[in-house]
Amino acid sequence: MADMAEAKLTEHEAHYNDRVQFGFWIYLMTDLLMFTVLFAVYAVLRDNTLGGPGGDELFSQPLALTETLILLTSSFTAGLGMIAARRGLKNQVLVWFGITFMLGLAFLSFELKEFAEFIHEGHTMNTNAFLSSFFALVGTHGLHITSGLLWMAITLIFVMRRGLNGPLVRKLTLLSLFWHFLDIVWIFIFSVVYLMALA
Amino acid sequence: MKELILGKLSMHALPHEWFTIAGSVSFLLLALTIVVVLTWTKRWKWLWKEWLTSVDPKKIGIMYFIAGGFMLLRGGLDAIMLWLQQALSAGEAHGYLTADHFQQIFTAHGNIMVFFVAMALIFGLINYFVPLQIGARDLASPFLNTLGFWLYIGGVIMVNMFFFLGGEYAATGWLAIAPLSELQFSPGMGVDYWIWSLQIAGIGTTLGAINFIMTILKMRAPGMSLWRMPPFTWGSLCSMIMVVTVFPLLTATLFLLFFDRYFGTHFFTTMGGGDPMMYTNLIWMWGHPEVYILVLPAFGVFSEVVATFSRKRLASYTSNVLGMIGVATFSLSVWLHHFFTMGASADVNAFFGVMTMVIAIPTSVLVFSWIATMYKGRIQFKTPMLWFLGFIGIFAVGGMAGVVLAVPPADFQLHNSLFLVAHFHSNVIGGVLFGIFAALSYWFPKITGVRLNERIGRYAFVAWVVGFCLSFIPMYILGFMGATRRLDHYDSATGWQPLYVLMFIGGLVIAIGVALQIIQIIASFMQRRRLRDTTGDPWDGRSLEWATASPPQAYNFTTIPQVEQRDAFWHMKQQGLPKPAYENIIVPKNTGAGIYISAFAFLASFGFVWEITWLIVASIIGVLAVFVVRTFNDDVEYKLTAEQVRKLEAERKQKDEAEQQRKAPALGIDNSEDMGLRDFTKAAATFGLDVIRNKRWRTWQKQN
Repeated sequence: MADMAEAKLTEHEAHYNDRVQFGFWIYLMTDLLMFTVLFAVYAVLRDNTLGGPGGDELFSQPLALTETLILLTSSFTAGLGMIAARRGLKNQVLVWFGITFMLGLAFLSFELKEFAEFIHEGHTMNTNAFLSSFFALVGTHGLHITSGLLWMAITLIFVMRRGLNGPLVRKLTLLSLFWHFLDIVWIFIFSVVYLMALA
Repeated sequence: MKELILGKLSMHALPHEWFTIAGSVSFLLLALTIVVVLTWTKRWKWLWKEWLTSVDPKKIGIMYFIAGGFMLLRGGLDAIMLWLQQALSAGEAHGYLTADHFQQIFTAHGNIMVFFVAMALIFGLINYFVPLQIGARDLASPFLNTLGFWLYIGGVIMVNMFFFLGGEYAATGWLAIAPLSELQFSPGMGVDYWIWSLQIAGIGTTLGAINFIMTILKMRAPGMSLWRMPPFTWGSLCSMIMVVTVFPLLTATLFLLFFDRYFGTHFFTTMGGGDPMMYTNLIWMWGHPEVYILVLPAFGVFSEVVATFSRKRLASYTSNVLGMIGVATFSLSVWLHHFFTMGASADVNAFFGVMTMVIAIPTSVLVFSWIATMYKGRIQFKTPMLWFLGFIGIFAVGGMAGVVLAVPPADFQLHNSLFLVAHFHSNVIGGVLFGIFAALSYWFPKITGVRLNERIGRYAFVAWVVGFCLSFIPMYILGFMGATRRLDHYDSATGWQPLYVLMFIGGLVIAIGVALQIIQIIASFMQRRRLRDTTGDPWDGRSLEWATASPPQAYNFTTIPQVEQRDAFWHMKQQGLPKPAYENIIVPKNTGAGIYISAFAFLASFGFVWEITWLIVASIIGVLAVFVVRTFNDDVEYKLTAEQVRKLEAERKQKDEAEQQRKAPALGIDNSEDMGLRDFTKAAATFGLDVIRNKRWRTWQKQN
């Protein structure tokens, strides 16, 4: 009898994990729809530069490519971190997600540097509709990366203190989903914003 | 320095006009009454522990009903004020409202009715009944549910904040169409309050919807396949899938409008290359599906009601469900019919016109399914069934008016006329509100354990239908006569005034209907021993919510039912009900985290409205801190052993029996039937006199 109760409990936990992951997928889809609006807005407004410089003059494709490679690599290391988490290897989790965190930070600093340059040159989001939509789209992605980094840092602190218990592995799974999702969104930003500026 | 601390707040923001003073005073009086009652009866701790921090979807559902019901009165008062102004204000007379104030009222009316009444009541119903109908103990994430509810409450407070601080609401219409809602044309706080009340309530709605989808798709009782789900659950599922599809669009759009107003960007401005029509597109991409989000669960309710009271299976269940799925799908591609006059090409208008007309097909499938259910059924005309019949008539008229409006050339004539207003009120009142009333009278015995008074319920229904016809038939006619919507004054040569007066009278009749509904609830409480439902199944119902006690225990079912067919409970009754058994149950612990997060979100929004930077930063940190503490807390559940459950059930049974034995209070009325208005007056007077003579107070003291 006691064994059966035990078995039921773990089943309860497994069900819970399954539900939470499913729910997180739905959340990611809602987030994707928010990005869809921002992409649509960018597509509508990208030519409204009011005589100011457009994307073809402003954007630096090498910088965008560097950012892309950094973010893709961070996705890869996050994947390695998840493999380690499933195997219960705490130190490897800390190392791989630590690298992911650093890469994310690097990505963010490149992005902020780009923003700072634009603003310094007088291309702010108040200048024209094109820049408004650019800052909104890329900035929202940056904000997501920031919250992902915050989440990662806090989770890793808890992993250090509590070890790799079930709930923390679940959180890492969700976190890596979120991270891959941001990667995919970035690929679209890279194509729609930076590459299509050349076309 | 002052600006650093208070932002744009100043003495001038305090109430100084008659309506803000009246509003503030009445809200303060309400709050004071609540505080006094709670302190007097020593219920603060009880309120916090049993209700506010509860994660039980049934309790959260009831809190949604209370908040939504209160907001219904608030939005209804707005409607009466609008009608009164229009009835008075022809020719030389200018009524009692300024044009600006009138605009604020119709904005608030639309907003409150859609967001804070209809959404709240629908979410309340889903909270309470979806877990019961699918045989689940709880929602997938109890925490997300309380968070969503409290974010909604934050929105409710935000939408009424202008009474206390700021003194003006948005005067832009309920969707705050740009560029009117831009800073250039609406420099006041009103639009900011509008943005943030919708933003926090809308995020709460999205979280709630994610939770319900998880629950419906992952937590059904064994044997309940999708095609065995009750229609209300199906309607809710369709509606919630639509919520997660379109609410993100609202969130994004509101953020962009906020950026325009706060940071000076150029998304929807007239200058700087912005595109105001893009706002109209985006907001209606959310706004049109929104009304279907409201009506789909109501459709589900009608399917339940009509099957139960026709004492038949729901006819053509599959087509009915496909009809709901069809409505949900098509409604995503019709938004442009709200602005055929924008000047899109004929092809674009034709596409959206056709799509709009196509929606009538799945809707008609539903209507035919209900009619076929009634055909050769043994129909019982209980109040839920009456609301259903009222709905069929009004909704059909409203729907056909909708098909008329869907024809672009006709729409050019009828656009923004009162015909349009009459059309959508037919659908929202006839469809959504009557659906909610049907649901509440149908499920009231499940929620409270007491059936509602039938007789006064019938009066209320009649008052509503008569009032509705009196106010909205003239509105259709006025639309054809050329009256545009949102008029605060018109020329007396138009000859419209008699019809406007008729509309106002209709509004008063509806108000009588609302009063009768309140009386109905009080009368049912007075006769609660007579109307008590001890079986848990007062209507001889068909779905699983009737398989448990009324009101259900916190864990819904002692044992999770095994489902073998559609109409699971009906089938179980035919087979003979299984003997009660007990098992270990895992129950989520109460949490205040939802309240704290919402409080911080509210403060952050307040900071955004008044541009108080420190408050924004501090509140966002607060939101994050509570969130981290909550998500990394693994101790959120506890276990009830089978033995404890058995004890709880036995205690409950004893309590029920004791309650049955207690003598009914002597109110000097005939207790053998549902009381009518005369008996109600008599009973209320007896009660009042007793209180004055101190008799009741003494017996209460003796009992406690």
